[in-house]
Amino acid sequence: MTVNPTGPTKKPAASADSQTVQRRPLTPYMRAVGAVAWKDLRAELRSREMITSMVLFTVMTVMVFSLALELDAEARKSTVVGVLWVTVVFAGTLGLSRSLAAEKDRGSLDALLLAPVERSALFFGKVIGNLIFVLLVALVLMVLLTVLFNITLIEPLLVLIVILGTVGFTTVGTLLSSMSVHARARETLLPILLMPVMMPVLISAVRASSAILDDLPSSEWIAELRMLAVVDVVFLLGAYLLFGFVVEE
Amino acid sequence: MAVSSQHAPYPENRTRILQALTLATLVLFAASLVLDWAYVGPERTQGEVQRVFYVHLGSFLGSFIAFTAVVVGGVIYLRTRNPKWDTFGLANVEIGLVMSAITIVTGMTWAKPIWNTWWTWDPRLTSVTIMWLAYAAYMMLRAGIEDPERRRRFAAVYGIIAFASVLFTIIIVRVKPDTIHPVVAGPTQADPTGAFDVTDRIRNTLFFSLFTFTVMTATLVWYRVRLENLFERVLRRKIDILAEL
Repeated sequence: MTVNPTGPTKKPAASADSQTVQRRPLTPYMRAVGAVAWKDLRAELRSREMITSMVLFTVMTVMVFSLALELDAEARKSTVVGVLWVTVVFAGTLGLSRSLAAEKDRGSLDALLLAPVERSALFFGKVIGNLIFVLLVALVLMVLLTVLFNITLIEPLLVLIVILGTVGFTTVGTLLSSMSVHARARETLLPILLMPVMMPVLISAVRASSAILDDLPSSEWIAELRMLAVVDVVFLLGAYLLFGFVVEE
Repeated sequence: MAVSSQHAPYPENRTRILQALTLATLVLFAASLVLDWAYVGPERTQGEVQRVFYVHLGSFLGSFIAFTAVVVGGVIYLRTRNPKWDTFGLANVEIGLVMSAITIVTGMTWAKPIWNTWWTWDPRLTSVTIMWLAYAAYMMLRAGIEDPERRRRFAAVYGIIAFASVLFTIIIVRVKPDTIHPVVAGPTQADPTGAFDVTDRIRNTLFFSLFTFTVMTATLVWYRVRLENLFERVLRRKIDILAEL
């Protein structure tokens, strides 16, 4: 989903001991994307601070929902999709703001921007890293809801919709959190910026997943699925075009 | 529209044009009110309350024009880096917010007698609210970023992204079959041919009202840009005076 058709395919940088003074060519696109994503994953594997807080937050949100709504078996069935998506969005927003804030506070954002790679490669690397965390949280949540709410959520179609939904959410979320990270009240600004923009994703995803959960025929949800895919493509394209302007200093 | 040199007076002819536009807006608005109250008459099934429709659609057109101008201003700003395009974008967001607030409020006054509720979570009502919130978020973003150059750049980017919510509002009634919001013109799921089936009087009043709101939006945006420029001039004057002390 992050293939860039116009990406540069120049050869990797010459060995460091080469004496010629010349501009270092760009690292191949996909390798740069992979390196950024892998860096995020490794940092997370060592510190585990983001994924721990996201998973704990998820568990607590499910607790709050079942206590606040006093869910019986009937109510659980009708609210489970809402609980799923609200929790994914909130936990995801939490993770997104941490991901970029940590990068900026440690000063590693500047280092990344100095690297001889395309700016959009950095962006897609960050998106893939964030996507893996959000998807992981979503999967944990789906298992959790399957167990606690006694409703089977682990279905191929539902997983597909969760993947499509999180792709759209993380793409626009990563772009916006790279802006909100420079703001004064960044933790509160990100949700305000993100919620209205990602609403097309949320609406389609919620409708499609509740239709699938009710075992409705595919004619009931195929339009939502298509809408979700279209919005994802629009967001990926838009973020690809705009990210360069956000991080240009 | 930006003031080029520091103490240059505002160009006389521009002020004249703006005065003329203001007068035109007032006359047009008065005339469209007369049309609405005296010419068009109550609608066959909806009665008197349908008269609010001309303001409802007119103000939506106004907000649509303003938000489109935000995208244009944002793209030009990112290409040229001329601050006047940022001022243009800001002015359009503010006017667009006011216009879409009018759309929402007039829609509610219409919905109470027709749908027997002020508000319902219909796809289009939801999407227009999301649109309003997206541009309110634009104002929050501007307020949150201190560095002026970065504020302009981020505002341009977010103004372009937020337009997704405008497209969403326009497309949603065409693709979702479960909306109860009326679609006056253009194709829908129920009626793919897109009939525009109204009497001549309604059509005339509607088009006149749409024209009025277009002129009104342009005038208001111009005033807002002028206000912003004046504000900056005052600020610069202040700095000059403080420097002389």
